[in-house]
Amino acid sequence: MAIETQPERAEPTGRGPEVTGGGERPWWLRMGAHTGLIGAVAGYFFGHWLGNVLGGDFARSALSDQNNVAIVLGYAFAVIGWLAGLGVFNDLFGLMLGKPLPEEPRLLGKEDRGLAKYFRYTLDHKVVGIQYLYGMTAYFLTGGLFAMAIRSELLSPTYHLIGPEQYLMVVGEHGTMMMMMMSSVILGPFGQYFGPLLIGSKRVAFPRLEALGFWLTPAAYVILLSAVLFGGFPTGWTGYEPLATQAGEGMDAYFFAFGLMGISMILAGFNMIVTVINYRAPGMRWSRLPMFVWSMFTVSFLQVLSVPVLVGACFMGIADRTFQTAFFTNQLGGSSFLYENLFWFFGHPEVYILALPGFGVISEIISVFCRKPLFGYKVSVAGMVGVGTLSFFVWQHHLFDSGINPDMRPLFMLTTELISIPTGFIFLVAMGTFWKAKIRFTIPMLFALAFYFNFLLGGISGVFLSDVPADTTEHGSFFVMAHFHYTIMGGLIFAFMAGIYYWLPKMTGIKLNETLGKIHFWTMFIFFNTTFLPLFALGMLGMPRRVFEYARNLETLNDWVSISAFCLGGSILIFLINFVMSLTFWREREVGNPWRARSLEWQLSTPPPPENFKRVPVVLATPYEYGVRNALPVADLNPPPGVIGTAYAPVGGRVED
Amino acid sequence: MSSAEIQAPAGRHAAEREPQHTWWLVAVWLVLSLAACLVIWFVWYPHLPPGDMTTSARHQQFDIAVLAVSAAPVILGVWLYFGYVLVAFRAKPGDDSDGAPIFGNTKVSATWIIGTSVIVLWLFVFGTIELIGPAGAGAGEGASPIWKLSGNQTAAWTPGANDMLQVQVIGQQWTWSYRYPQFGGMESTVLDLPVNTPITFHVTSLDVIHSFWPYLLGVKADANPLVDNVAYTTARQTGSFIVRCNELCGIWHGAMTSNGNVMSQTAFKVWATAVQLRERANGTLAALPPYSLTYDPTVIPQLGKDLVKVVGVTGAPGYYYGPGNPVTP
Amino acid sequence: MSVTARAAALIVAFLCVAGLGAFVAVYYIGSASQLPTVQYTASGGQVNVALQEDPGNNSTTSPDWVTYYTQDPTTKQWLHTTLFSVPAHTKVNVTIYGYDGCTPLRNNFWGQVQGTLGNTVTVQQFDKNNHRLGPSTTTSLINSWASCSVAHTFAIPEIGLYVPVASPNANNSVNNLCGTYPCTPTSGGAYSLETFSFMSPGQTGSYRWQCLIPCGGGFINGNGGPMQTLGWMGGFMNVVSA
Repeated sequence: MAIETQPERAEPTGRGPEVTGGGERPWWLRMGAHTGLIGAVAGYFFGHWLGNVLGGDFARSALSDQNNVAIVLGYAFAVIGWLAGLGVFNDLFGLMLGKPLPEEPRLLGKEDRGLAKYFRYTLDHKVVGIQYLYGMTAYFLTGGLFAMAIRSELLSPTYHLIGPEQYLMVVGEHGTMMMMMMSSVILGPFGQYFGPLLIGSKRVAFPRLEALGFWLTPAAYVILLSAVLFGGFPTGWTGYEPLATQAGEGMDAYFFAFGLMGISMILAGFNMIVTVINYRAPGMRWSRLPMFVWSMFTVSFLQVLSVPVLVGACFMGIADRTFQTAFFTNQLGGSSFLYENLFWFFGHPEVYILALPGFGVISEIISVFCRKPLFGYKVSVAGMVGVGTLSFFVWQHHLFDSGINPDMRPLFMLTTELISIPTGFIFLVAMGTFWKAKIRFTIPMLFALAFYFNFLLGGISGVFLSDVPADTTEHGSFFVMAHFHYTIMGGLIFAFMAGIYYWLPKMTGIKLNETLGKIHFWTMFIFFNTTFLPLFALGMLGMPRRVFEYARNLETLNDWVSISAFCLGGSILIFLINFVMSLTFWREREVGNPWRARSLEWQLSTPPPPENFKRVPVVLATPYEYGVRNALPVADLNPPPGVIGTAYAPVGGRVED
Repeated sequence: MSSAEIQAPAGRHAAEREPQHTWWLVAVWLVLSLAACLVIWFVWYPHLPPGDMTTSARHQQFDIAVLAVSAAPVILGVWLYFGYVLVAFRAKPGDDSDGAPIFGNTKVSATWIIGTSVIVLWLFVFGTIELIGPAGAGAGEGASPIWKLSGNQTAAWTPGANDMLQVQVIGQQWTWSYRYPQFGGMESTVLDLPVNTPITFHVTSLDVIHSFWPYLLGVKADANPLVDNVAYTTARQTGSFIVRCNELCGIWHGAMTSNGNVMSQTAFKVWATAVQLRERANGTLAALPPYSLTYDPTVIPQLGKDLVKVVGVTGAPGYYYGPGNPVTP
Repeated sequence: MSVTARAAALIVAFLCVAGLGAFVAVYYIGSASQLPTVQYTASGGQVNVALQEDPGNNSTTSPDWVTYYTQDPTTKQWLHTTLFSVPAHTKVNVTIYGYDGCTPLRNNFWGQVQGTLGNTVTVQQFDKNNHRLGPSTTTSLINSWASCSVAHTFAIPEIGLYVPVASPNANNSVNNLCGTYPCTPTSGGAYSLETFSFMSPGQTGSYRWQCLIPCGGGFINGNGGPMQTLGWMGGFMNVVSA
């Protein structure tokens, strides 16, 4: 059934002053990452000097030879310098000085060509998505290198490759890099890139906030890594007080970087919520929203509501370390429990911020490669919303043995076990979707299947942990490590890989090499399981977390895990080789819709036009109408003029034809 | 724009085979689940961690076995189902058609939701019972424990009288020490305990958060500064065990271990009295602070603030807060 | 971009990343391996270990941190390390020069001597001119709360060795602590000389040792800084086969 179209081009008429797009000036004269770097360095030295002036004569600075005020102020001014150098504040200052905002060139169909736009404060959400992709891959690989160092040290319970405080530094860097920096590993690359495309919007609601959210991440990354130069931080990624107040200079890097990432997450979440509510194309009802968008929407609420608590906790931690407040010092009336509760009130929604986008990506992928509608759309949405809501009510399960009020424990045992019900909906949806399907075992599908396998084990082990008596042995041991590696790495990272293999052709027009991809999948899946499955046993046999020495009879098991981990690192290396070589040299073209998917982003050109849609589309059906006879296409990309009235948010303040 | 989908002719045969396959799947699942549960219960259960040295450890063994028995059918069911569909509904090479347009099935969804809810609620009830029964299941219950062991609270402990033994576990960076208030408040670096005696652990810390984890005793309680965290257990077998620190507390966290022994009640009484006498003789007992459920390390009654005023003593009193504030010794 | 341009960019990026990784690895592995291990060998079935603890140190980064020094048995030089090795199952005679002033123990239990032969230590005080001050005393308890008399401790928890290290006599050490590091008996500071012996364990491996006095000045609870850095107030005793 063809839809009559009148291919009229939406010519911009009567708009504001013509925008030059800035294309005449060479890249080194425009503001970008290089000017940001200069600003950061200048800011750091200024802040450090200011901190020495302010705090250099504290008695404790003289005794300890460490001035935390200087370091924190150095980081603060470095970040301000970095952002100023990037040009983040230009529009703000321009408005304050009375200059009108220029029209965004890409929304007028003008494309910024070349690679330089990826190193600039670009407002195109697709550029931000690609920036996130490279950034997140870099953060992931760095965290992975630290993991290799951990497993090298754990090869022997008695011979020590690195010193004990270096080991704690490595453990903390690995954990924080993964949990902190990777919280946007799917939301960043795929959420920012495809979110507006999937809802039929030409833009996000707050492009400046979105780009700012990205540019804070390299700053947080560098600050977190700079802790290594200060001897690291000894608390692991949880940053428990009062050890955190006692720690050396590297601890400031942890709190500051976490605060920065927190701000980045809040901005990204806020932007996503407003975009999804207000910028859906006409006809994109809530019941037609793709599952990936639902997951992003739910996660954005989690971010906006839980991350401010973390930023507060980080601020209090910095305050305790710099101007000597006593929020977390029991002897002076503070409480170490306060930190634990603040951290985990954020920490538990955080792990769902990590897990839910994985559910969303996988739901999209199984529908396409089963060529079947998603089974139980409402059930799936209920699952995501249920998980998101309940995630705020379970945080004390991290604190069962910590001396909290004992009558809270059955309550949190109940809520934690209840949360496995909506999590189970994801499996129900998957199992229903596979029934009477036509399954194609493409690489994204393989990763999706691995996701379900891993998440099943991870989720069931979570039930073991939620049972308070069983938790007495399992808490804080390698059992917990295995549980969260199965859910987060086995879940989220496998979903990330699935997303890359699935969506890279749309983002870049290049597909990743099939053979290397299959090798990557099988090695990653097998070695992932051989690495983390024995950790359940190690934890049950009494090995605590974050230890550099352990019982001698556990050495064989640890050696097996370490060797497997090195092989797992090798498989990630295969992925990296595939990624780099495919994008740089092999460049196997893949334009069009190779997966024959129905969703809106695949109906566009590759790469999508700068303004996403030449005309705002009218959405006609869900993207899950596979197998339905006479199904409508998901959207009409060239609606007749006059169909679209004032039912959408206009670009640049004007109504389009 | 999608064209009309044509069902492959094999689909009709497949539809007829499906009810048979479904019953086969259910049968296989039942058999495998039964086998797995039997193996878990009779073969694995006696060897499950954390062993059966104490009542709390035994209850945890039981818990984990029941959880495993509840989880095994779920895991097996999901695996069997996925195994079947991945084989039965694979797209044949060259087949580009779509699958069946099933958008949902209320009965299936309802069954699943009700089934998982029942399992979850059962686990909750079971977990709560197992928490209350063995007096908190060895987990630290904070300063006001609700579920306690029964035993006589006495000032001096005598064997064979069902007296509750009180042990204070002091965690500090980076070693454990134990005080026995019923033996004059004597302190020891080795945790010796009597068998078949209700034991109360009062776990506290002198600096940062540690966690007291004698693995074989099935006890875990965080040690927080200025907080008394109470845990209970009763040892049922003699033997030695190792105490590890379970909460990252700084550089030597991984090496913060200590030894302990469960011995007969008379042997324990002999040991504890001997330590008490030795420490009284060499003056250690008098040098210790009076026994208390928590210790504020900024207050040393014997010294008061004199240390700060000793001129020229440039030891490092650990000034963090200025001299007006409590000095951390 | 042309293929050569892409290849060049890729190689440059790879070199940058590899270089950064190498720098980090060398920097922080290097900083740990810079610590030498002092090897003590047995003579006549015994081995003599000499340590000292100072109120400051000769480093540039943290000159105010207290620290231990270990004496090299052949060169008699004081090395800024806390790693040493002794043979297994041998009598170890330890001499500790205590140059640092007193700080009370957080847990006074560690004033009790445990794990040495006889469960005692012998202490001889010296004044700033390196003259003996009073007779040497052999004691099983140094009460840091009754009088300011303990500077640090030397504890090897795995073998149950806990030894308080006496500080210079408090009255005598007023303004009399050594000021140039590493201290020597003739560098103008009062000190205490403490000796004790213990049997090294039969099983080889590394045994950590630490100080139990919270002497990290400027760190809350006093347990930061030098207390949490290898080479300062804690280290490893490596037991090697005899």
